Amino acid sequence: MLSGCVQSERGSSGNGGSGGGSSKFVFAGSAEPVTLDPFFASDGESFRVSRQIFEGLVGTKPGTADPAPLLAKSWDTSSDGLTYTFHLQSGVKFQDGTDFNADAVCFNFDRWYNAPKSAQSPALTYYYGSLFKGFATGDTAKDAIYDSCKANGADTAVVTLKQPFAGFVAAMSLPAFSMQSPTALKKYQKDDAQNPTTTAYSTAHPTGTGPFTFGKWERGKQVTLKKNPDYWGQKASLDEVIFVAIADPKARATALQNGEIDGYDLVGPADIQPLKDAGFQILNREPFNLLYLGMNQKVKPLDNPKVRQAIAYAIDKQAVIKASMPEGTQAAKEFMPPVVNGYTEDVPTYDYNPAKAKQLLKEAGADGATIEFNYPTDVSRPYMPAPGDTFNVIRSELQKVGLKIKPTADKWDPDYLNKIQGTSKHGIHLLGWTGDYNDSDNFVGVFFGQKSPEWGFDNPKLFSDLKKARGLPTPAAQKPLYESINKEIMQYLPGVPLAHPVPSLAFAPNVKGYQQSPVQDEVYNTVKVG
Amino acid sequence: MLRFVLRRLALMVPVLVGLSILLFMWIRWLPGDPARALLGERATPEGIAQVNAAYGFDKPLVQQYFTYVKSLLSGDFGNSIKTGQPVVQSFIEKFPATVELSIAALLFAVVIGVPLGYLAARHQGRLLDTVVVSGSLLGVVIPVFFLAILLKLVFATWLHWLPTSLRQDPRMDATHVTNLYVLDGFLTGEWDAAWDAMLHLILPALALGTIPLAIIVRITRASVAEVVNEDYVRTAESKGLSSWTVSRRHIMRNALLPVVTTIGLWAGLLFSGAVLTETVFSFNGVGQYLYEAISGLDYPVLQGFILFIALIYSVINLIVDVSYGVIDPRVRVS
Repeated sequence: MLSGCVQSERGSSGNGGSGGGSSKFVFAGSAEPVTLDPFFASDGESFRVSRQIFEGLVGTKPGTADPAPLLAKSWDTSSDGLTYTFHLQSGVKFQDGTDFNADAVCFNFDRWYNAPKSAQSPALTYYYGSLFKGFATGDTAKDAIYDSCKANGADTAVVTLKQPFAGFVAAMSLPAFSMQSPTALKKYQKDDAQNPTTTAYSTAHPTGTGPFTFGKWERGKQVTLKKNPDYWGQKASLDEVIFVAIADPKARATALQNGEIDGYDLVGPADIQPLKDAGFQILNREPFNLLYLGMNQKVKPLDNPKVRQAIAYAIDKQAVIKASMPEGTQAAKEFMPPVVNGYTEDVPTYDYNPAKAKQLLKEAGADGATIEFNYPTDVSRPYMPAPGDTFNVIRSELQKVGLKIKPTADKWDPDYLNKIQGTSKHGIHLLGWTGDYNDSDNFVGVFFGQKSPEWGFDNPKLFSDLKKARGLPTPAAQKPLYESINKEIMQYLPGVPLAHPVPSLAFAPNVKGYQQSPVQDEVYNTVKVG
Repeated sequence: MLRFVLRRLALMVPVLVGLSILLFMWIRWLPGDPARALLGERATPEGIAQVNAAYGFDKPLVQQYFTYVKSLLSGDFGNSIKTGQPVVQSFIEKFPATVELSIAALLFAVVIGVPLGYLAARHQGRLLDTVVVSGSLLGVVIPVFFLAILLKLVFATWLHWLPTSLRQDPRMDATHVTNLYVLDGFLTGEWDAAWDAMLHLILPALALGTIPLAIIVRITRASVAEVVNEDYVRTAESKGLSSWTVSRRHIMRNALLPVVTTIGLWAGLLFSGAVLTETVFSFNGVGQYLYEAISGLDYPVLQGFILFIALIYSVINLIVDVSYGVIDPRVRVS
């Protein structure tokens, strides 16, 4: 009586139902995407999906954070760093048939710049706002560095800036700056909607140039993408990519082992060996992150440089890594990973030396001092896979040199970040950062560019050096200044850089061709299942 | 009866209004800053100020409340701070998952629990009774998440019999109409989809159902034990009625009242969303979403969902009260 009351929509898109010869790849992230229009996104899960549908002018060399041609096959930079000429791939079409050309490029640049005031909040346009400093309208208009975009024929787009931005080319590899179809945007998107993340475009019609097209988004269930048969590059082997969300890392591991999913991200450190033993594949990403021990100089005795140095000398980074981070994790020397511009080996290091630590504490009159140690619970970040374990090791190392530790645990959401970054009520703490793209300011600028409650210090020289470095026209020009800034930071020692933990992905034995990327520029057109 | 129902429905209005005011205040007293929760590690003081201005969090509390009430009156419960999705829409999307899970768990608890409780009462003091009583104690004592992990280990990792996450195989390409996946499978004739959804329900329903199971067993047992010793049961048996008739017409009919109350209360509780079970099994119902909303300080979602749940709970309680009159004529309200 009930059956067949409603028309089955299966196979309506021309695809066979379950099994039936079509190659499907099920990937589990830790949460649902917020939106499928990457201009309005800042969460990794939204980008994971948008990377399959959209492409930017610039991509990355496989497995690295270095810029490589993508929709732009080459580019020229003026020596003052203000004019960028992009030579575009020809013959590329968006998934709705619209031509990709210089007009489309300029349409996108102008769309970003002209985002209405309602969309200018960092909750919506974090990347554009922080990198381009401002929009056409609103309070930030005077700071905006974008000037204009001109199309020189179909295949050349010239972008002019008002201020130099050395990381501009690298930034063009960010998913937020993907090239989107002007036709689809005009038809379905409303940038001035009260919620641009839930418009027809953002939930049902995202249209790019990438190897997969949008199929279906069943909120709370899955996002289904289909192979783009007209893709201009290497066409996908897969017919469908399906993204699901499983919040708990252990549940993801179990689902993989049970055959419910084909792969997942953010593998819990405790699951790595058992998965390997059971015959599953673990792929590591080249780490592009940093875990550090922050110190709040508003709280005595942390304002005393000798105390901060003592803490650094007391920590045995190898022991910390061995006890709480995946295999292959390297200790950190400074506040950026080795591949970033300005990294230098020539910085003061504070190699494990408990005797020296004790001596410095005595000199500072802080022998036996009590220090509050804040750490988060209920969280695992790629740069901080097991904070509780990391905390335990460091705590015992600090206690060995005579410090008394007052542990304070807080739930990551919503309390920990609020306490550490919004108030001065904390002592030393664990935190970190994963880089978005290869730009020095994306690390040390974020941490130390201005006064903040997290670090509690005022160092005008450091702030102005960072500001100056950010304003230099090219990465080559920036390199010497960032090198000296790194030395300056490690001399001042506002915190102790600990490690660059290796994030991992896990896959079923029959998955081949997944290309990992340190900045998560992972596109599945090379993936095969079975 | 009708007047009773109408009076109860009318009473619900001031209760829910009062609740909405309290919710509004309580949620804002929660420590933390929704703007910071939204921006995460990328928060800067300017960014937080911008987000607060965009959502009106920087306005005085009373003004925020009146803006909220104004939109409520036009049926607008606001949008999630995190996703921008209208709260009403996301509740309608997620509630069916919670309903399916609750019904499955209750079915398990009632179908196993009532007969077990009855048997325990009829065999009072003997081995069966002891086993049932101590077994039910275990059901209450074992934490749900631990039981969930145990179930996953046995039925998935070791036996590979059952799935451990989500409501359906992502590769299934099933059509959804009501978002009650089993029902949808029947409605569209996609039998494999319905079967798959049922398989996905088993482990979560077992994990969730053990607590109401334990309580239903105990209440049934106590209630039946009390009735069994009544004179009218002895009279019915000595009249020569079959034990099945005695049990149905005389014992159960009288013993059922407390059991129905318990089942009704449990339905209300379960429909409020089983946070732990839904999260462990990634079941994507109301409970899991509420938990995420608390972590993210998503005010509109918290306010809306808790209000809807309160409404549903009140309605279920009303149905339970009305059902007294159906089961027991002595209790029929004048």
